[in-house]
Amino acid sequence: MLWTFDAMEIDQPASTLRACGLAFGYGAEPVQHDVSFDVKKGSIFAIMGESGCGKSTLLKALIGLLRPSAGTVHFGAQDYWSLNEAQREGFGRRIGVLFQGSALWSSMTVAENVALPLQMFTRLSAPSIDALVQLKLSLVGLESSGSSLPADLSGGMRQRVGLARALSLDPEILFLDEPSAGLDPVAAKRFDDLILELRDGFGVTVVMVSHELASLFGICDDGVFLDAQSRTVIAHGAPKMLRDSAANPAVHAFMARERPESATPPGGVNP
Amino acid sequence: MGRRYGTVQSEGEGPARLDPIVSNQSDAPGLATRVDGGDTRLTLSGDWTLPHADSLPNVGAAPAGSGAWFDRQDLTAILFDTGGLGRWDTSLLVYLARLRRDSALRSIRFEDAGIPSAARRLLALLPDGAAPPAALGRRPGLVERVGLNALSTWREGIAVTTLLGRQVLQAGAAIVGRAQMRRIDFVACVYDAGIAALPMVALVNVLVGGILAFVGAIELRRFGADIYIANLVGIAQVREMAVVMTAIVMAGRTGGAYAAEIASMQGSNELDALRVLGIPVQDYLVLPRVLALTLMMPLLYLYASFVGILGGFAVAVSMLDISPELFIAQIRDAVTMSQIAFGLTKSVAFGALVAIAGCRIGLKAGRSAADVGHAATHAVVVGIVGIIMVDAVFAVCANALDL
Repeated sequence: MLWTFDAMEIDQPASTLRACGLAFGYGAEPVQHDVSFDVKKGSIFAIMGESGCGKSTLLKALIGLLRPSAGTVHFGAQDYWSLNEAQREGFGRRIGVLFQGSALWSSMTVAENVALPLQMFTRLSAPSIDALVQLKLSLVGLESSGSSLPADLSGGMRQRVGLARALSLDPEILFLDEPSAGLDPVAAKRFDDLILELRDGFGVTVVMVSHELASLFGICDDGVFLDAQSRTVIAHGAPKMLRDSAANPAVHAFMARERPESATPPGGVNP
Repeated sequence: MGRRYGTVQSEGEGPARLDPIVSNQSDAPGLATRVDGGDTRLTLSGDWTLPHADSLPNVGAAPAGSGAWFDRQDLTAILFDTGGLGRWDTSLLVYLARLRRDSALRSIRFEDAGIPSAARRLLALLPDGAAPPAALGRRPGLVERVGLNALSTWREGIAVTTLLGRQVLQAGAAIVGRAQMRRIDFVACVYDAGIAALPMVALVNVLVGGILAFVGAIELRRFGADIYIANLVGIAQVREMAVVMTAIVMAGRTGGAYAAEIASMQGSNELDALRVLGIPVQDYLVLPRVLALTLMMPLLYLYASFVGILGGFAVAVSMLDISPELFIAQIRDAVTMSQIAFGLTKSVAFGALVAIAGCRIGLKAGRSAADVGHAATHAVVVGIVGIIMVDAVFAVCANALDL
């Protein structure tokens, strides 16, 4: 395969990623509809909402794993779903994805996991690839774990390998699906700091699905809140701002870890 | 992820100040050096990005490939001028990290002030010293490998013998209802190793019986001994083919499934969950499978013998002009109870072999998705090879005992 990083022109965009009127789901009934937002270049954008509201499904629609039933996804000026399959594949190499649970290829070593995209999509020599892989592993603090198998690593280490793999082709946008799920608070904080460093260092745009409030408040500077009942976006803005001044009580309650006013506890009486 | 820096030194820039990548133009990376006493100032220009990684100094090349300027004995400091630097990504970091490491080894001052501050922040994430080489492991010598393999085989032999012994002991407990296994699991295993296997066993053995009849006819007809086709089909089926073919079918179908099933449980920590609860894995998982296959194999063997002879009968009667009555009479003469008992004994041994091999390989499998596939394949191979080897031992014993 040819290196396709420069294969497509992106016109100078006002935003890196724009979703417009998206509707998506797995059956006839969409999980979410009328989802619109802009992601600014270099920002860390959060997709928030309670469990089961469709955050990860939205991520799939953004990264090309699920075709939306309505609406558009623009990378720069390019409408992603209007491209043909080969063009979409080429486009996919400009983004990096850290999947939930890291989704490392279990039969490959850590270094092989990070090297594979470089081997498949560039014509770089083996020493160059080795050097790049070693650097990416060093960036995530795993420079001495290259020969380990994923099964031998802790959850936090696997997440960092997943991040190194997502960075493999030096993407413009990083998509992270629940990056700190299952990590202890200290490991989660370290991971958040790493994402900040990578964003500040490389200027990469980050789109992150999470309901870890500490992460959301710590690193995200914009976001959308999806609602499971109305099945659409009910708030836009930075997580801290939503916590402090969201007009929608459900959003405010979620961000402030409070029980929504309408919620009725088991037993029927709201205290 | 590459970024275009202007001619202004990039001190203190944040993401909001960065220009986006908008160009398809890709300028070749450049590196110029200017010596000023003990100091060397490096001027970086062009794009230091992945597509150029192979042409960058010190990246794809050997670690000491920094250039002749670096080998000067009076070199005391390295300074940077990145005003003309275009886009950059991890390729630049590889160069800078290696240069910083090499400088540290020779006590050369690495003045990073001229490096874009974003790159400096990323460099700060990297370890100062040389990155430890990947622990690829030393390849042991021939003698060492032979020794290690011998030890490993010995340990595996002990493990398999222990497993076999435990199954024999627990089989007794299971008969009186005292084994730690669920009855429903046992019933499911019996169904899977018995009724569910019937169609495949029947198909294979009917065809083998028919093939035997055809093959026999080629030679026997030359002597006018067509009727002995029945003897050939009967004896071959009952003594060898039915039991071996059925065991091979079960090794591929059931032994592989046992290994894959237990290996995937290993990968999802289900075995650990059983162990923590104090449920012996060998009783709970292995015993129902070994018992089921060992009990079902003799029944499958009888069934296979019958349908195999039926296959031979169909071919002999319909295509080789042998009368049905004569064929049946010949079969009754040729197939004796001792031969059936011999086949039954072998079927029990093969059933236990296939089941124990499948379970043992599943239990010692790794935890990855690929290990599940390896375990299944390994179980089938070990099962088939084991069947042939054990069958050879039976053949020698039968010869010695005049069976």
